[in-house]
Amino acid sequence: MGKPTGFKEFERETPETRPVAERLGDYREIYQDFPEEKLIQQAARCMDCGVPTCHSGCPLGNRIPDWNELVYRGQWQEALAQLLATNNFPEFTGRLCPAPCEEACVLSINEPAVTIEHIEKAIIEKGFAQGWVKPEPPARRTGRQVAVIGSGPAGLACAQQLNRAGHTVTVFERADRIGGLLCYGIPDFKLGKGIIDRRLDLMAAEGIVFKTGVEIGRTTTADDLVDFEAVVLCTGSTRPRDLPIPGRELAGIHFAMDFLSCQNRRVAGKTPSPELDAALNAGGKHAVIIGGGDTGSDCVGTCHRQGARSVTSFELLPQPPEERPEGQPWPFWPMRLRTSSSHAEGGERRWSILSKRFVGQGGRLTGIETVEVAFDAKPGRRPAMHELPGTTRRWPAEIVLLAMGFVGPEQDTVVQQMGLALTDTGTIATDSNGMTSRPGVFTAGDARRGQSLVVWAISEGREMARAVDLYLMGETALPEKGCCDLPRG
Amino acid sequence: MYTTKQVTLPSFREWNPNEMPERHHSSPSDTLCRPPRAQGLYSPLFDHDACGVGLVCHIKGHASHAIVRDGLRILENLAHRGACGCDATTGDGAGILIQMPHAFLLKAAQEAGIALPAKGAYGAGLVFLPHDENRRQWCRTQFEAVVREEGQVLLGWRRVPVRPEVIGDLARSTRPSIRQVFIGRGEELTDAAAFERKLYLIRKVMEKRVREAGGSGKSAFHIPSLSARTLVYKGMFLADQMRPFYPDLDDPAMASALAIVHQRYSTNTLPSWGLAQPFRFLCHNGEINTLRGNINWMNARQGLFASELFGEDLVKLFPVATPGGSDSMILDNALELLYHTGRSLPHCIMMLIPEAWQHHATMPAAKKDFYAYHACLMEPWDGPASIPFTDGTVVGAVLDRNGLRPSRYTVTRDDRVIMASETGVLTIEPENVLKKGRLQPGRMFLVDMAEGRIVEDEEIKAGIAGRRPYGQWIRGNMVSLAELPEAAPVLPAGDRLSTLQKLFGYTTEEIRMILAPMGRDGREPTGSMGDDIPLAILSRRPRLLYDYFKQLFAQVTNPPLDAIREQLVTSLATTIGSERNLFAETPQHAHQLFLERPLLSDEDMARLRGQSGLKTEALAILYPLGQGGSGLEEALEALCRQAAEAVSQGAALLILTDRDAARQQAPIPALLATAAVHHHLIREGLRTRCGLVVETGEAREVHHFCCLCGFGAGAIYPYLAYATLRDQAAREPALVGDSHQALQRYRKAVDKGFLKVMSKMGISTLQSYRGAQIFECVGLAPGVVDRYFTWTASRIGGADLDGLAREIARRLTKAFPVADIPDQDLLEIGGTYKWRRDGERHQYNPLTIARLQQAVRENNRSAWDDFSTIVNRQNREGGLLRGLFDLRPAGDSVPLDTVEPWTAIVKRFKTGAMSYGSISKEAHETQAIAMNRLGGRSNSGEGGEDADRFRPDANGDWRNSAIKQVASGRFGVTIDYLTHADELQIKMAQGAKPGEGGQLPGSKVYPWIAKTRHCTPYVGLISPPPHHDIYSIEDLAQLIYDLKMANPAARVSVKLVSEAGVGTIAAGVAKAGADVVLISGDVGGTGASPLTSIRYGGLPWELGLSEARQVLRQNGLRDRVVLETDGQLKTARDVAVAALLGAEEFGFGTVSLVCLGCIMMRVCHLNTCPVGIATQDPELRKKFTGRPGHLVNFMRFVAEDLRSIMAELGFRTVAEMVGRVDCLEMTAAIDHWKAGGLDLAAILQQPDIPAAVQDHCLLAETRAAPPPLDTALIERLAPALERQQPMTIDLEVRNTQRSVGTTLSHEIAKRHGQDGLPEDTIVIRARGTGGQSFAAFGAPGLSIHLEGEANDYFGKGLSGARLSLRPSAAATFPAEENIIVGNVVLYGATAGEVFIRGVAGERFAVRNSGAVGVVEGVGDHGCEYMTGGVVVVLGVTGRNFAAGMSGGVAYVLDADGDFAARRCNREGVALEPVETLEDVDTLQALIRKHRDCTHSTLAERILEHWDRFQPRFVKITPLEYKRALKRLAAEGHAPAQRLT
Repeated sequence: MGKPTGFKEFERETPETRPVAERLGDYREIYQDFPEEKLIQQAARCMDCGVPTCHSGCPLGNRIPDWNELVYRGQWQEALAQLLATNNFPEFTGRLCPAPCEEACVLSINEPAVTIEHIEKAIIEKGFAQGWVKPEPPARRTGRQVAVIGSGPAGLACAQQLNRAGHTVTVFERADRIGGLLCYGIPDFKLGKGIIDRRLDLMAAEGIVFKTGVEIGRTTTADDLVDFEAVVLCTGSTRPRDLPIPGRELAGIHFAMDFLSCQNRRVAGKTPSPELDAALNAGGKHAVIIGGGDTGSDCVGTCHRQGARSVTSFELLPQPPEERPEGQPWPFWPMRLRTSSSHAEGGERRWSILSKRFVGQGGRLTGIETVEVAFDAKPGRRPAMHELPGTTRRWPAEIVLLAMGFVGPEQDTVVQQMGLALTDTGTIATDSNGMTSRPGVFTAGDARRGQSLVVWAISEGREMARAVDLYLMGETALPEKGCCDLPRG
Repeated sequence: MYTTKQVTLPSFREWNPNEMPERHHSSPSDTLCRPPRAQGLYSPLFDHDACGVGLVCHIKGHASHAIVRDGLRILENLAHRGACGCDATTGDGAGILIQMPHAFLLKAAQEAGIALPAKGAYGAGLVFLPHDENRRQWCRTQFEAVVREEGQVLLGWRRVPVRPEVIGDLARSTRPSIRQVFIGRGEELTDAAAFERKLYLIRKVMEKRVREAGGSGKSAFHIPSLSARTLVYKGMFLADQMRPFYPDLDDPAMASALAIVHQRYSTNTLPSWGLAQPFRFLCHNGEINTLRGNINWMNARQGLFASELFGEDLVKLFPVATPGGSDSMILDNALELLYHTGRSLPHCIMMLIPEAWQHHATMPAAKKDFYAYHACLMEPWDGPASIPFTDGTVVGAVLDRNGLRPSRYTVTRDDRVIMASETGVLTIEPENVLKKGRLQPGRMFLVDMAEGRIVEDEEIKAGIAGRRPYGQWIRGNMVSLAELPEAAPVLPAGDRLSTLQKLFGYTTEEIRMILAPMGRDGREPTGSMGDDIPLAILSRRPRLLYDYFKQLFAQVTNPPLDAIREQLVTSLATTIGSERNLFAETPQHAHQLFLERPLLSDEDMARLRGQSGLKTEALAILYPLGQGGSGLEEALEALCRQAAEAVSQGAALLILTDRDAARQQAPIPALLATAAVHHHLIREGLRTRCGLVVETGEAREVHHFCCLCGFGAGAIYPYLAYATLRDQAAREPALVGDSHQALQRYRKAVDKGFLKVMSKMGISTLQSYRGAQIFECVGLAPGVVDRYFTWTASRIGGADLDGLAREIARRLTKAFPVADIPDQDLLEIGGTYKWRRDGERHQYNPLTIARLQQAVRENNRSAWDDFSTIVNRQNREGGLLRGLFDLRPAGDSVPLDTVEPWTAIVKRFKTGAMSYGSISKEAHETQAIAMNRLGGRSNSGEGGEDADRFRPDANGDWRNSAIKQVASGRFGVTIDYLTHADELQIKMAQGAKPGEGGQLPGSKVYPWIAKTRHCTPYVGLISPPPHHDIYSIEDLAQLIYDLKMANPAARVSVKLVSEAGVGTIAAGVAKAGADVVLISGDVGGTGASPLTSIRYGGLPWELGLSEARQVLRQNGLRDRVVLETDGQLKTARDVAVAALLGAEEFGFGTVSLVCLGCIMMRVCHLNTCPVGIATQDPELRKKFTGRPGHLVNFMRFVAEDLRSIMAELGFRTVAEMVGRVDCLEMTAAIDHWKAGGLDLAAILQQPDIPAAVQDHCLLAETRAAPPPLDTALIERLAPALERQQPMTIDLEVRNTQRSVGTTLSHEIAKRHGQDGLPEDTIVIRARGTGGQSFAAFGAPGLSIHLEGEANDYFGKGLSGARLSLRPSAAATFPAEENIIVGNVVLYGATAGEVFIRGVAGERFAVRNSGAVGVVEGVGDHGCEYMTGGVVVVLGVTGRNFAAGMSGGVAYVLDADGDFAARRCNREGVALEPVETLEDVDTLQALIRKHRDCTHSTLAERILEHWDRFQPRFVKITPLEYKRALKRLAAEGHAPAQRLT
């Protein structure tokens, strides 16, 4: 069924973005509408493979061929059911996921991949628009109390699954709003905050209790959780990687997350203090973003919108090719050049750049000095980096945003209070059932896994909910995603 | 309401005709001297035999020694149809049945000091006795006692003179002591028939007495015959040893008016004198496919038996079927029972082997009524059969409903009738011939010697059908569903649907991929690329019980059928209800419920449940979940008790129902419940008193329904499958249409599926299939199988009732969860057909595919190691038998550098057979190049090959496939193709769809494919299920012989698919002269096959390979053949296990494609392969990125890894490790929740054979010597061959010279390629009887004109030669009314011409794709599957003309005017008058040529009176062909067919 020849008949097509000039003037989402008949054509490009590698490439195990076919057949409601069977929040992944599924898509071997992510988003948005997504409180309560600490995607997914299993779930969030990274880490032009609220309303209606402004380990202690029979830490991997080079103390150097969350607050109508408002603003400044990942890209887009004089991104690694490089074969995730919508809005991207020192005047940052580097590839070893002589260069910069990733969960709060064991890499250690060294305490998401994707966070939250349910009840009817996550390469 | 006579039934064990296969261990020395018995994977239940048969008689009943002599001569001239075993002088058996030779016996008895009374007042028979004096004496004493007890007089024993020195070593060493016994008629018996009955009784009692006594004498004891009318001589002979062994037969006093002879060809050689034929009334060439069911039903019926003729003595005859008997012997047993209980011999034969009457348009009503009535009494014994039979006064023969065995007869002017498997077996002067004919499908032929005349089929049958008012009885008593009052169906409540679906394990995938397509398309969906999920027993997921059963299928010893194109022989109709005494005929016998098909609709079920007029009882098949296996067992026992009770109380219909399943009331698997009740009722003698109706939510696939019927269900009501479809229709009408139609289409799909599954085993009617349990069970504990699935083959143990209960519990938990989880409670997704994370494990999954492609493309060792590790782990965890073995060193490990190099190892490697057409040119040639670089072998598959690939390319690469396949479609099989092969492979079956044919739709027959296949572009091609020249093992021997003649330098390989009994078939194949036997696993890929065939046919190669090795060793045949295996081999470890289990060569199919880029899309059948492999679409072909180097890398990786394993195990060469099963042991702990009961000991068993018996092939690769005749021809014709000098020579031929002209044609092709020599360069004028395959694969430039007659396969594979055939000039019979040539003329011919003056047998020009044939009449199925060429029939055709014909043209002279209405299968052809100038020219030219070649007077007459004849010609053109020609013309191509 489906359309066997769809992939031969239709080209890959995704929605148009709004014109750059227009979108730089606001923080709204950038994609335009896409006609349904076109979407159905895109779904028809799915080949309903015998071995759907996309399904393996998706950390959630999304049933991609199944809902693609249902969309093609116009069975939207069934498609929605299949989508929600594995993914609590397609409206998030449909906007934020880098789509490893599409890199693993069989069609991508020799044609552009199926627009899986976009179809996913279309299904859930149709579901909301049609009113098919409704609060579904469990029919029966177990009477068990579970605390979920942290309200990022992992915590929310975990909470929803546990609630579905009938447990009484309380979600604690230290910030003033629920959503964790989704709320304050992702710019509104990628994820409008109304999308989060829409989901949170549903969850609240399903019976989940949200408590904001509570930071276990600071505002309250772990002992305050005694009433809960299980606790799941979904506190994320929030310690940013720093850049300890000369001049780091200069004013004007910020962690990307501080910068981004500040902007999100502004958009939400919460004006920061005048000092912060001035400092965390790229308007009129030369902005340099160090780190070429997704966070860096979000900073680029935000800087543009703030009216920066220039926006430059540095990346230590060499520029990857646009196509899948040698030695990184399908269906594995390739290191290739990815140009985000923010990159498309302007600015400069520089590769093979090592920052040597920050330069300043009067304690204020004025520039940054860099050198170009190269890597020696030796088979079987990590490539060795060396600096290229005569490539030292100084860049003007009044604001530098450090977007070099995160090194692990914060260790001085709840982790310390509960005395949880850590792994060598600094994440919270668990046994094979997801339980930490303290009985009844579980952890999921970046706190367990280290920094990763939203889609992984949801997956972690789901799997952990199953483990908790099993722990509490001795059996569980919650689904598991099954085997075969695709390794990195 | 039943007045059945109460009989005491023997215990169950006693009356089971085949002893339970016990596993013996015996000392090596006596193995060969004992009759066959179960060992390892072998069981004598699997044995088959076939053969040549013949009869000769004097019509007026004049007895003479000449008749006996003629009989023996026939035998000698059929010698090539028999086989010899491991020593070249031991035959499989031969024998002769004659009338009681009173004069001879009088004399012989006198010499032995016995005075015989008058003829008829005594009976006599040969008796085989043990050699041991004590045992023999015991037997004689017992015999005498029995005779006395039965009131007869033992007159004496005569030692039968024999000459043991003339027979083979093996036969001699197992020879019984042979005596003749004489029994005088007791005084109280006056009539002859009563005396015959008494002698029969004595024989049966005596047989049983010896059997029950047990001991070693039991097997030697046998009574070939005991009668006052007939006498049998037989033994383990080659045909020509018969007469010298028994000097009696040479005595001039040995006189008879009839002789029936039989030459046996048994698949194995384990000796048995008793199994030689004839038996007491018949001998049989063919095979009874439904034997298991026939035996079961016969046993089940015994409880109702009552006979006035036998009275209380009746029980003495039990068991009816001789334990350990062959199918033929048991058929003989059934016949004699029916005969002695009061029916005439022809009447009995009509009951056992009815014609295909259901779809017969022209059969008289009375005869149909006869058959319909008798269908209420017993099921047909189905299978290929040519059966001569006699009771000493009438002699006759009958052919099975399909006409699958050849039977030719000649009536002479001096009142003799000679009938045999071949014509020409006796030399008859042409002037003496009155008539030549053949037995036709389902027809009987009878000589009544008392009346001194031949009685025609119509007359015999009309007489018997008119005996009683059968039609009136049926109409007065039989109930049909449609006549019953309507009632409202009870449908499952809508809100229960999803619960029920979960309860019975429905998945989203199943609904989407199986049910919905069946509801939408009315047929089973198609899939491709095989099956790679675990066996049910090794799956970590709960599976349905049906998954533990694999369908058996026909290969070699009997042919599968084509239920589509030959639908006229099939039927799904059955009757259910209560049977009555088999020996009586009353109107009440017909009081049964008639069902057109086994699947009941909602309305049918409602009616049946209402007032059917039959007493009906419903039994719930539920058990308390909490009690696990013991609860299940108790429930089954209770169910069986209730069933027996109900039947005893008169219930005629039992409804087994799981409708009321609930949280604590788990459904018993419907199959388990059905089989349990079925077998329990058989054991209780109650089974035939009731019909079983199964009302279940569980069954939904064709396989499920087949299992239920196969284990006894008469009707099935799958309420949940219906409810699911109705739900689909309501939710998405676009998908399945409206619910009423969807359900109708679904039922139609199931009907077709039934026919398909039955026909895979060669079974035509559901009535015979029911209860025939044609399955092998894989993964159930012996306790479960023996008790509930009694007699089902099951060899590796497995789950017990506890295991099954656990599976049910898992489903039940899903259906009734502790808590409903919002949004997370859908049906399971599935993942059986397409991989899903949370579904069944697949061998090919994202990671294995990715790693393998990474490894071979980048030549990346670490990716390869990763791949190997994953595969080996998933073999173990993911459900392959090979994963359950640990490797054990044979001795000390050896240094790696002393192990043979990888370059030597890869010579044992082959790629899988894939046709050009199923895959692209690029993919096909890349494999060939890679394998030629390595010195391994690629396989052409069955689509032919372009001649430009036969020679190496300029760059040194060679695109020639070393192995060329010969499959049932014979596409592209020309003499040139055969000549350019190293190995010729006969594909008997294919792992992914054993027993099935294939179809290439016209849209895929692109011009370049058509060219290679020698057919017309855009015309669809059908590969028939059977090879139409192999319906039996001796036919295979003939094809092997043909191929060896067509290329004496090539090895001949036979591809079989693993199933229970494949070892025995392999032994038969080895005896047939094959060089290589390939045992394919069940998991092979395929371009297109019904999904259920992919999943449920065939078994893993581990079982088949091991069985083949064991049986070949037991038979002393192992060193004659190379054993090869394939089936998802992927790593060196796989290869190592295969080698240790006995394989010497290894095939890699799917994995080779994955190396070249296949990503297991499983859309090969859609032509949309996105990587350019399984597609002919030029755009998609551009996407192919495979390179020969990729495949080379793969083969090297495997070979290198194998070297490491070999070094570790202590082997330096592969040859050393072949067959070292001692280096395998079963993995100590199988950590699995249901597989604990597995036991692989049978696979690892070493047969008790002296160690000296080799475990690998020892013979030089080619053993074929060119036939003396062709060798002489080639020598004489050297000037023509070398210098194209035209030559004409004369030749005398006999039926024993086969494949005449084939090697000569090979020499032509070798020198001159496919174009051969110029026309008529070599002209051979032959006289006599042409043997089988006369001029097969004849090359261009060769013309053979035969005067006389010919046998089967005349002009098979004709590749351009011209042939003519005409009767001897001296013959006086009208040529056009007499048969002159056998069956399957011009099969698979690609070019050339054949002119035949006379009538041909069945299947004339079957699958012809280019030859021209003119003939004066043909049998059934003429021009079947024809794809090209021209056929002219100047006379009457049989039925089903042009079935499956997709190309070419036929012209038929429709003299009787009934061609269109009754003889032609008009499904795909247009019939037109011959009017156009072009047609007239073509036709006239061909008729003129026919006249010139054959001197046909008919042709002369037609030409002379053309105006009168022209309007009576019909032109037959396939519609598809017309369309294709139009399309070709539009595209500017010249028509591909040469029309003269």
